[in-house]
Amino acid sequence: MGIEEHLGYNILTTTLEKIVDWGRKSSLWPATFGLACCAIEMIVTAANRWDIARFGMEAFRASPRQADLMIVAGTVTKKMMPAIERIYEQMTEPKWVIAMGACACSGGIFDSYPVVQGIDLYLPVDVYIPGCPPRPEGLLYGILKLHEKILKDPFLTQKYRDKLQARQEAA
Amino acid sequence: METLKPMPRTETMLINVGPQHPSTHGVLRVLVELDGEAIVRAEPDIGYLHRGIEKLCEGRTYHKCLPLMNRVDYLAGEANNLGFCLAVEKLLGIEVPKRAQYIRVMLVEFTRIASHIFWMGTHAHDLGAMTPLFYGFREREKIMDLCEMVSGGRMFPLYFRIGGLAGDLPEGFIPAAWDFVKTFPEKWQDYDNLLTQNEIWKERTIGVGVMTPEEALDWGWSGPMARGSGVDWDLRRDNPYSSYQDFDFKVPLGTKEGDTYSRYLVRMQEMLQSNLIIRQVLEKLPPGDIRVDDPRISLPPKEQVYNDISSLIHHFLLIEEGLRPPKGEVYQAIEAPKGELGFYIVSDGTGQPFRVKIRAPSFVVLNSLGKLAEGRLLADLIALIGTMDIVLADVDR
Amino acid sequence: MHPAAALVQGKFPGEVVEVTEFRGDTTVVVKPGRIKEICRLLRDDPQASFKYLSMVTALDYHPQSPRFAVVYNLYSHKNHDRITLKAFLADGAPVIDSVTSVWSTADWHEREAYDLMGIRFKGHPDLKRLLLPTDWSGFPLRKEYPQRGQ
Repeated sequence: MGIEEHLGYNILTTTLEKIVDWGRKSSLWPATFGLACCAIEMIVTAANRWDIARFGMEAFRASPRQADLMIVAGTVTKKMMPAIERIYEQMTEPKWVIAMGACACSGGIFDSYPVVQGIDLYLPVDVYIPGCPPRPEGLLYGILKLHEKILKDPFLTQKYRDKLQARQEAA
Repeated sequence: METLKPMPRTETMLINVGPQHPSTHGVLRVLVELDGEAIVRAEPDIGYLHRGIEKLCEGRTYHKCLPLMNRVDYLAGEANNLGFCLAVEKLLGIEVPKRAQYIRVMLVEFTRIASHIFWMGTHAHDLGAMTPLFYGFREREKIMDLCEMVSGGRMFPLYFRIGGLAGDLPEGFIPAAWDFVKTFPEKWQDYDNLLTQNEIWKERTIGVGVMTPEEALDWGWSGPMARGSGVDWDLRRDNPYSSYQDFDFKVPLGTKEGDTYSRYLVRMQEMLQSNLIIRQVLEKLPPGDIRVDDPRISLPPKEQVYNDISSLIHHFLLIEEGLRPPKGEVYQAIEAPKGELGFYIVSDGTGQPFRVKIRAPSFVVLNSLGKLAEGRLLADLIALIGTMDIVLADVDR
Repeated sequence: MHPAAALVQGKFPGEVVEVTEFRGDTTVVVKPGRIKEICRLLRDDPQASFKYLSMVTALDYHPQSPRFAVVYNLYSHKNHDRITLKAFLADGAPVIDSVTSVWSTADWHEREAYDLMGIRFKGHPDLKRLLLPTDWSGFPLRKEYPQRGQ
């Protein structure tokens, strides 16, 4: 019954990379990082109408050690910046960052003294989702784009070699 | 010969709750000094979402402040705008047409229900009950759909303008609103069945966070927090604004204990009363203008702007310099879902406000967290943060 | 005249500078010296009964002198009405007595006024920065502070 009927007793050939990337993208666990209003749309995306569990992401982990995606949802202030950096460092590799909302992308409508004008001044961002706040469909589209990016990610090759080299040079 | 046994050395432990925490409803940091599980001292540390809204307002015209105001209490987007628009209209000395006032009341009551549903869902979720969140969001999505119908924005409709509304209600709004009003009471019954007589809920909330009425006023509590302690005060009834005097609604008061359970009951009843107010608005909605007919305040209709030179000039001046209230200062407070939301606006006669001060209810309520948490257990701290219904953008502005 | 304003003028005749009314709101401008006693009078008087402090805020009238003003907004549940008190402060180092002993809620309002405007409140239990990081320098809501920060 179900999928076994269709697959039968067969052999699947693929590359290790593809299967690992497929596994990674199918169960990205976001760290709870709602800062401001975009957090509400993020919670709504995880609620009943736009069920984020369809993508395997309903487990928002409070501890950054168990998460691999940080959705920076909301305005980033200078007071909050040390906490964000620390949480990003505590996340284990591989990790991705989505900048959700106008404030995380570029400071948004808050062009003022305490606001960091975009989280990409401090963290490497993979997907930018504009909107104030972006609709839940917008967030889901951004997440699907991230899935595409992950599927193209060569996990043992260039990206990690570059990071390893950078770390060795720094040491 | 005596052997001296070393006395066990006990110390209190200082831990951090937040700023990144699943139950703090935003970026709140509470420094807690614990003796085992009991809290000796709790001190909230805020400012992690301070965005400088008051400073930003000083560089913009009054209309351009409206998007900033929407984001002050992001769970009840439009209610903040009502306060700001009423404050500026008080400064100008104008009165908005009846139809606009009724529609404003309707939208604010919708956002009140949405805010209370979100509060109920997250408060219950923190204390372990995950189901009310999903049941509540079913209705909240309907309200978001109504807000989107009106102006395109779900959380931040930005529908109010100084002098009235941006435009009239679209077709299909009234039947959809009636649909909501008629079905809401039985959906409310679902939430009530899940929580009100629930043994675990009562165990976690009864006796937690008790405040007598005198203390509540001393600490500046307003809205459901004060009513939960027995203070019979509602700005919609006692200092009515925007035609609230035309509507017949009850103001629910809490039980005499003044604890978390009492505040929970007050907010649940408020949802039903808001539904009643919306029903009355829909029944009595008068036809008419939705904006004050003064070209120095409201944008003239587009057809006139394209054909008539004076309308074009008024349009240009309103966008460039903004409307210019007389010199003076006003304070206008409304009954927002969180409590008394006040706007103190000082005008120097130009198109940009001299000073805008937002009296945020969550800011004032959070001040008393230290007093409420003393002597309680750590788990009660989470219940207290939930019952205070704080929104960090409201606290930090 | 608003009865509470008349009360203040009667009990503290030398302290009241001006009583204005605008759009139904009464503002009593007082000298900052005895602000605590004036507030206590308004709170404890059985007729006025202003047991609730809505907010304390600060204004910066740069380049006019006096430059700083502190504004208190009180609400009486007995009469359902409000009154605003305003006190102008000296320019160089603005100081005024804290009213936390009159209404406990003044605590954070005054800390915010200190944080954003630099007004010192004498007698405040714990006057330190609230909204900005503790190592921030400058007072953002002052008129000469740029919107985007320094």
